[in-house]
Amino acid sequence: MSSKYSNLTIQGYRRDNGRVGVRNHVLILPVDDISNAAVEAVANNVKGTLAIPHAYGRLQFGEDLDVHFRTMIGTGANPNVAAVVVIGIEPEWTKVIVDGIAATGKPVEGFSIEQNGDFETIRKASWKAKEFVHYATELQREECSISELWVSTKCGESDTTTGLGSCPTVGNMYDKLLPEGIYGCFGETSEITGAEHICKKRAINEEVGERWYKMWKAYQDDVIFAHQTDDLSDSQPTKGNILGGLTTIEEKALGNLEKIGRSSQYIDILEPAEQPNSGKGLYFMDTSSAAAECVTLMAAGGYVIHTFPTGQGNVVGNPIVPVIKITANPRTVRTMSEHVDVDVSGILRRDQTIDEAGDALIEMICRTANGRNTAAEALGHREFSMTKLYRSA
Amino acid sequence: MSNIPHLLVHDHEDNVGVVVVEGLKAGTEMFCCVTHDNSTFNLTAGADVPIGHKIALKDLEEGDTAIKYGEDIGKIIADIPKGGHVHTHNCKTKRW
Repeated sequence: MSSKYSNLTIQGYRRDNGRVGVRNHVLILPVDDISNAAVEAVANNVKGTLAIPHAYGRLQFGEDLDVHFRTMIGTGANPNVAAVVVIGIEPEWTKVIVDGIAATGKPVEGFSIEQNGDFETIRKASWKAKEFVHYATELQREECSISELWVSTKCGESDTTTGLGSCPTVGNMYDKLLPEGIYGCFGETSEITGAEHICKKRAINEEVGERWYKMWKAYQDDVIFAHQTDDLSDSQPTKGNILGGLTTIEEKALGNLEKIGRSSQYIDILEPAEQPNSGKGLYFMDTSSAAAECVTLMAAGGYVIHTFPTGQGNVVGNPIVPVIKITANPRTVRTMSEHVDVDVSGILRRDQTIDEAGDALIEMICRTANGRNTAAEALGHREFSMTKLYRSA
Repeated sequence: MSNIPHLLVHDHEDNVGVVVVEGLKAGTEMFCCVTHDNSTFNLTAGADVPIGHKIALKDLEEGDTAIKYGEDIGKIIADIPKGGHVHTHNCKTKRW
């Protein structure tokens, strides 16, 4: 069935695997923390590349190592990335990541530092990075349907205005665009506590709802109750949430869930950084509620645009995915306007409807997909935070 | 809507509303709106309450449940008069 959104198009980069990207980065990706210096040196040598240093990648094992590899591979495989240089201390784990990215068909090459040293590694990797920049800069945007976008969401520095305005705006966008065939994603496992009975019912069927509930319960039992002090109130809600008027985790969770709108249902559950493989629709990803960690995982899952409702004014960005900030809080609009992409404070004044706000967000998604830099991009917010499940060996 | 509301309430079942203007002073005759159907009512603010913070729509007693979005958002742990400020000093999660 066609709607007024069915004919919307964007100018994107169509990759070899058919996916559509909205940015065209040449990444210089470290496998591990001790390769950060080489990666940054290459990015300094070759303009138009982007280094994303991080803190981990040594002596991880089991499920924690799986998340690490999925995050690295998924980041390189994201359609917003044109080509990737991978640098690691040793060749074997470097090759795991290179092979994972190469499955998309995009140019990728790995370099390892052992027995080469930083100088020789940087020299060779810089030549390859320069070649990739020439390749990427000749790629052209082409017209693509809005239905080909993968759009994720996570809110931050929430307050009571997020549940009234910015989260329902994202929900309205999903209610309109999911039927057109986009992929959606929400998560923040710890932040659903207080509204888990509602979230469970928003699954496409009982089986998916039961799997969601089991995942949520495992987090409660294995993480919250295993590590809690007297309570979790110092962290969830956060001090910022409380300043903004949120009193309890239940209240925060109910506002958070407004992001999936009135009619949208999730069709499957994703592990952290897992790519969806159940077709178009809305997914729940098991993530932290910390902004940079969550956005990093969703970007690694293949999402190319992130919609980020905020109340008190979270400033997070991501190196490869444009993060669109939406706020309904008039004080935040007044004091932090350089961070705001979509001002929906009219909802609080009752001079803008949720429907109108949803349309304003869809328009901004299209403009962002076409190349408009978000506030976070313009301000250089490139937070890349790896999720770590437990201590390394 | 011609008047800009001071207080928004999600649902008719709710017993708390959210201040949506800056600098609200005690004694202000608030113009209030229920977002569910845009119905309106008036209520006097019993305290200076910052934007984003909640106000009791009726007298709440210790042990009552705070209702917002038509759902349970926690327990009242100290009596709050109608129009009073509702926050961490008098309302707490039931989870921990």
